[in-house]
Amino acid sequence: MATYQLNINGETRDVEAVPNTPLLWVLRDNLGLTGTKYGCGVAQCGACTVHLDGTAVRSCSTPVSTVGNKKVTTIEGLATADALHPVQQAWMQENVPQCGYCQSGQIMSAVALIEKNPTPSDSDIEAAMSGNICRCGTYERIRKAIKRASNTAAK
Amino acid sequence: MKTELNESTIFKVSRRDFLKSTSMSISGLLLGISFSCSDTSKKLVGNPDYVFSPNLFITINGNGDVTLIAHRSEMGTGIRTSLPLVMADEMEADWNRVKIVQAVGDEKYGNQNTDGSYSVRMFFTPLRKAGATVRLLLEQAAAKEWGVEVSECKAQNHEVVHTSGKSLGFGFLAEKAAALPLPDEASITLKSPKDFKYITKQSSIVDLKDIVTGKAKFGLDNNHLPNTKVAVIKRNPEPGAGMKSFTSDKAMKVPGVIKVFSLDAPGFPTFLNKPLGGVVVVAENTWAALEGRKAIEVTWNKGINADYDSHSYNNDMLKRAKEKGKVRRESGQVEKGLANAKKIIEADYVVPLLSHTPMETPCALAHVHDNICEVWAPVQDPQFTRKSLAEALGMDVKAVTVNVTLLGGAFGRKSKPDYVVEAALVSRTMGTPVKILWTREDDIQHDYYHFPAAQHLKVGIDENNKVTSWLHRSVFPPIDGTSNAKVNEATGLELSMGMIDLPYAIDNVCCETQVAQVKTRIGWLRSVANIHHAYAIGCTLDEVAKARGVDPIQNTLDMLGGDRMIDFAALAPEFWNYDEKIEDHPWSTARFRNVIETVKEKSSWGKKLPKGSGQGFAAHRSFLTYVACVVEVTVDANNKIRIPKVDYVVDCGIPVNPERIKSQFEGGAAFAASLALKSEITVSKGAVQQSNFNNYLVGRMSDSPYETAVHIIESNEKPTGVGEPPVPPFIPALCNAIYAATGKRVRQLPVRLA
Repeated sequence: MATYQLNINGETRDVEAVPNTPLLWVLRDNLGLTGTKYGCGVAQCGACTVHLDGTAVRSCSTPVSTVGNKKVTTIEGLATADALHPVQQAWMQENVPQCGYCQSGQIMSAVALIEKNPTPSDSDIEAAMSGNICRCGTYERIRKAIKRASNTAAK
Repeated sequence: MKTELNESTIFKVSRRDFLKSTSMSISGLLLGISFSCSDTSKKLVGNPDYVFSPNLFITINGNGDVTLIAHRSEMGTGIRTSLPLVMADEMEADWNRVKIVQAVGDEKYGNQNTDGSYSVRMFFTPLRKAGATVRLLLEQAAAKEWGVEVSECKAQNHEVVHTSGKSLGFGFLAEKAAALPLPDEASITLKSPKDFKYITKQSSIVDLKDIVTGKAKFGLDNNHLPNTKVAVIKRNPEPGAGMKSFTSDKAMKVPGVIKVFSLDAPGFPTFLNKPLGGVVVVAENTWAALEGRKAIEVTWNKGINADYDSHSYNNDMLKRAKEKGKVRRESGQVEKGLANAKKIIEADYVVPLLSHTPMETPCALAHVHDNICEVWAPVQDPQFTRKSLAEALGMDVKAVTVNVTLLGGAFGRKSKPDYVVEAALVSRTMGTPVKILWTREDDIQHDYYHFPAAQHLKVGIDENNKVTSWLHRSVFPPIDGTSNAKVNEATGLELSMGMIDLPYAIDNVCCETQVAQVKTRIGWLRSVANIHHAYAIGCTLDEVAKARGVDPIQNTLDMLGGDRMIDFAALAPEFWNYDEKIEDHPWSTARFRNVIETVKEKSSWGKKLPKGSGQGFAAHRSFLTYVACVVEVTVDANNKIRIPKVDYVVDCGIPVNPERIKSQFEGGAAFAASLALKSEITVSKGAVQQSNFNNYLVGRMSDSPYETAVHIIESNEKPTGVGEPPVPPFIPALCNAIYAATGKRVRQLPVRLA
């Protein structure tokens, strides 16, 4: 066991974990942040996507010992007290979710994309979202929501 | 698969509970809840502590809050929204004042088994009646309050309004309504469809904001029980076979691991609700449990399926599909018809084992203590879960509470509660609450798989270019074989999913099956046997069209014949109409024709496309819903298949929640594309060879349709479900489009063009 001081959604949190514990399980088991989901454990499905310093990473394959002082953002940290993130708003306007399980990861991948590329093309979207599986098949609406959010961001 | 349950029995159940809960409310009133708190000046609210529960599903508080029960499981269809919307509409509640509460598993709610695209079909009318009864009670209460005729009072938007313009709120009226006798069923009038406010209108799902903010609670997201431990299980790769021995020394050294012990295996067949057994690792947290499991060494037993090899099994099914089998539907003389045919179309189709792989793997939280069992779990069938838990724990069902969380996808997998029983058995051993996690490897290697199937079709066309003979043999291991080894040939129920309900007007028809012994756990997957039957029939019809020199849509219409209601029971004694009487839900070729003709128009069928592109068509009725589908594909030089456009036309009767109907069809297209293009489970020496999404492939964004247009037929027919019906016609439409684009027929799934 080791103690790690993590910056999670703007707060400093101390956790005790063995060094190879994936960030996913630290978030869920130690910190009770259950918005980040388990889907495969091997970085194949994207359900566990969070941001490290704004970059989308698969938290199931990110050992807690490698996080250091990078800023961790989870789905719970996207909205401000006043408003949802534009991507979350777009997700609601397009009625994207069906079961909803993969959507935290989808949204985190989409936010990372738009922050780097405010006006992504179809192929940019496909490339950025190719690591996120949705078994309900909400892909069409995910693409529409990303375009809607990118239009909002451009205004 | 299903228990007999019709609308009247459901309504009787709720009417009995109407009486019971009303009398309870009244006795609660007599026990001292005050009359005097209501603000009579506004008359919108009454005693805020007062709770009026005129039936099991609807509660109105004195403050005007309405609580509606969602008793079906939410796995992405939107049912937790759609059925409460129906009640709210009929009772004239303001949707913004409605709170939804998920029901626990209990027979008092009627059928809760959320599969078979049943929910809307089964509960639309009973829940409308429940809402309409409450509306009438509120109107009667207002009439009494004002001393006027009920006919002068009308409930609208959370209040009752008198013809003079004065009004009283639902909150104020709740307590008054509770004192009234229940109206006769005959006095209840349902709304005219033109007065619907929510039914057939657009609306978002109730969990939308919780989902996009990460607050929605799925199976593993309940952290409210102190001292909860986490368990994972190492299982024999051969289902049910059990173990000889295991060593836990290394596992026990992993920090956080608390206990390692064995769970008995069920043998084979495994049943639908019994855990597979194995070695259980319980730990303080998930990672410790997973690390502990890696460190166990197990010597497994070999069971009766140790030699199961899916490749040779499927080849053997295909071989038998070419031999005379057991007749399940017959009219005319197929052999004679084929002998006299001028042209013969003959083709074989093979579909592999498939896994459900919902994004949320099976999981549950259980707490067995003080002779009771409580679980929080994503289950499609909470009553079967409850019974299975009671049986496994030797408890009365009344001691078992099944709280239903949101389901992170299910597609039929979570109808089987084996994983919940595991959690409860481990909790009992530990004496603490226990969460069980199935890893993705557990999920893919120990599913209740969609059955593999081999089919042989032979169609004869006579000298007048008319289809005169249709021979179809379907060979696949039946789902019931997972519970009973003696069931080793497809059941009538499975054959009624797309085979013996063939609607085409052909003189000589013969449908046959062959024995296929179940070798692994088999279970229903979204649209079940319709998947392989619609695939084979839809592709064969395309070949028939080519042979006849007729456009594929015109060919299907030609073969359909004149408008009629088909009495399939007379054609095939085993015919099953999805648990509905044929007089209530006839097989209407007119409705089928209508969706086909409409899709031809909506899809710009026959439009000019560049080389490497093509359109394909198929139509199929399943779960009483009529669907026609046109898929457009492009195939590039590397054989990468893309699907720029899909057009669906759906006739599901009254479209209760059009927004969710559309989403089910969009998703159904993507799900079907994934099955057709990507997925395959293979078994060698009794063990599944795939383990995660790197080798069990599923559709990603680029594999899925770019645009799915869903055209809903306006209808006042009884509503039917839409969860499964999008899947069956999509796969043959896709394969026919691939043929149009490349000239290659797809006779085996998944599609491999190279």
